[in-house]
Amino acid sequence: MRPFTKHTGLAAPLDLANVDTDMIIPKQFLKSIKRTGFGKNLFDELRYEDEGQPDQECDGRPLRNDFVLNQDRYKGASVLLARQNFGCGSSREHAPWALDDYGFRSIIAPSFADIFYNNCFKNGLLPIVLQADEVDQLFAEVALRQGAQITIDLENQTVTSPSGATFEFNVDHFRKHCLLNGLDDIGLTLQQDAAIQRYEEKRMKDAPWLFLPRGQ
Amino acid sequence: MSGKTLYDKLWDSHLVQQRDDGSALIYIDLQLLHEVTSPQAFEGLRLAGRKPWRVSSSLATPDHNVPTTKKERISGVDGIEDPVSKIQVITLDDNCNEFGITEFNMKDIRQGIVHVVGPEQGATLPGMTVVCGDSHTSTHGAFGALAHGIGTSEVEHVLATQCLVQKKSRNMLVRVDGELSPWVSAKDVVLAIIGAIGTAGGTGFAIEFGGTGIQSLSMEGRMTVCNMAIEAGARVGLIAVDDTTIEYVKGRPYAPKGEHWDMAVEAWKDLVSDKDAQFDEVVVLKAEDIKPQVTWGTSPEMVIAIDEPIPRPEDQKDPVKKEGYARAWKYMGLEGKTMLSDVTLDRVFIGSCTNSRIEDLRIAAQVVKGRKVASTLKQAIVVPGSGLVKAQAEKEGLHEIFEAAGLEWREPGCSMCLAMNADKLGAGEHCASTSNRNFEGRQGFGGRTHLVSPAMAAAAAIAGHFVDVNEFVKH
Repeated sequence: MRPFTKHTGLAAPLDLANVDTDMIIPKQFLKSIKRTGFGKNLFDELRYEDEGQPDQECDGRPLRNDFVLNQDRYKGASVLLARQNFGCGSSREHAPWALDDYGFRSIIAPSFADIFYNNCFKNGLLPIVLQADEVDQLFAEVALRQGAQITIDLENQTVTSPSGATFEFNVDHFRKHCLLNGLDDIGLTLQQDAAIQRYEEKRMKDAPWLFLPRGQ
Repeated sequence: MSGKTLYDKLWDSHLVQQRDDGSALIYIDLQLLHEVTSPQAFEGLRLAGRKPWRVSSSLATPDHNVPTTKKERISGVDGIEDPVSKIQVITLDDNCNEFGITEFNMKDIRQGIVHVVGPEQGATLPGMTVVCGDSHTSTHGAFGALAHGIGTSEVEHVLATQCLVQKKSRNMLVRVDGELSPWVSAKDVVLAIIGAIGTAGGTGFAIEFGGTGIQSLSMEGRMTVCNMAIEAGARVGLIAVDDTTIEYVKGRPYAPKGEHWDMAVEAWKDLVSDKDAQFDEVVVLKAEDIKPQVTWGTSPEMVIAIDEPIPRPEDQKDPVKKEGYARAWKYMGLEGKTMLSDVTLDRVFIGSCTNSRIEDLRIAAQVVKGRKVASTLKQAIVVPGSGLVKAQAEKEGLHEIFEAAGLEWREPGCSMCLAMNADKLGAGEHCASTSNRNFEGRQGFGGRTHLVSPAMAAAAAIAGHFVDVNEFVKH
């Protein structure tokens, strides 16, 4: 996994509450058996006028002018400003894959849906929860000036606004450690294989019916 | 010290290792797999040269993008017309073969929606931890199991390690006191709960559903309630084990037998919250207040009783809510409408992991029996949740009732709930759907979904618009 330490980038404001995973990546694109290539279909229904199809070339498709990522001033954005309950709905990891593939490194919102929040960390994408008034201020500052950038420092757990205001955020120690170092958490868990085996042996005694062979 | 909640008990009994920062390693008893969220996980295992920790803990079946017409289904996976869908289903078959995982493939009568199949087979048992790369895994909490959806990286993590790194959620109790009115179902209960607490109301919580309004539900009804815990923001929905639970599990193919059965039942009796358990939040609804529910907007919390007027954006005080309502009104094409009965329906969908079990089909059949679907309707489909549900329904003659009324009788799968296969809405079409999400585009590009119970969907199919099923059946 790509590590996340410090990032400064152009911020794009998506001023919409309850953005669900069907909006982030519509279902027709979930048929892929790969982890990459979802960026061109990120926010497909908000972004394009027509209905997108898997494997379709997107360059010539008609764009929705009212969508924030289609505006020239937000081209190349890598920080997404969002509203409450971002990422609600399904558990599809294709949502963070699409955000990552598009070029986003971090999403800042007053709240996230649980599964989406969790999925981001597995993909080097940092979801940041700030107070609602802090998010409001970021939205206002980003609207004010073209090319406004936001700096995120994971080590110090701070977000710095375009005007230089600094906000602190919380992140679990373990998730932070994995993200800072780009660690694969399967490898880390497998270092605990003795503990897993000990648990399993005890569980087999207490609840043997859970360990019967399945058979066809 | 106060007692433990059911969630606390399940958490404690699966704790492999507690970490200093509050996260923990939790053991997983059952992983359900389907074709959409597993291919990248298996690929990850292969690339790292890893093997599944315990193959007998996994059970797989294709469901999300399998076709539901007889014509396409007759030749199994080879009959799938969409080449991209076909590759995904073949990939699941291949991965299960390669790693030795039990799979109910498209030709197996046990194939169906994962959340219907697990309980039906007795693979889902009380006291288990259950995960699946699908947010509606909360369904299995109806058995007093700790069950939730995970992403694909976590699917791979569970395959490789049999564990998940988790942080404990807080405890919420949603109690439904009293007795439900006739024709008010589990679906109406859970929609009313979501309406009361909102789609983010349960975020960070494990919700236990309790009270007489929940205890009186059958296992299938309880699954419907827990299924939609995620629509209230909670990954986990739970219901305490009682005689109803144990009766349902008894005799199912994968349920324990003989000595193991007695031992298991003894252990399952403890799967209730202690009397002195403390919940971080308690929400109480009166069962008598719950009427048949219909969603009007593009979020499950945008829900009203059938006899209420559609709430208007201009009446909302909160600016974010006002804007959300305005957007939903526009998307749903509600201008000029006052009541949901004013909306002319184009399609009706009875199915999904929320409402495709035999009791759902029985009640829908009861409503449409001897009647005809409205001529204004383009299509009404009934999609059973599994091959076994389909067989049971046919044994009872339900398919004949549906077909005589003008509803199509289909093969099992997720179908129009998320429209990954050919079953979908056209732009601007209104659908009465027994599924779980009414997001923009969920059932098809530009499609307009209204979530309802099977009885309400059946009544709407006949009337061509929403009606109170309680009134409808009197005529």
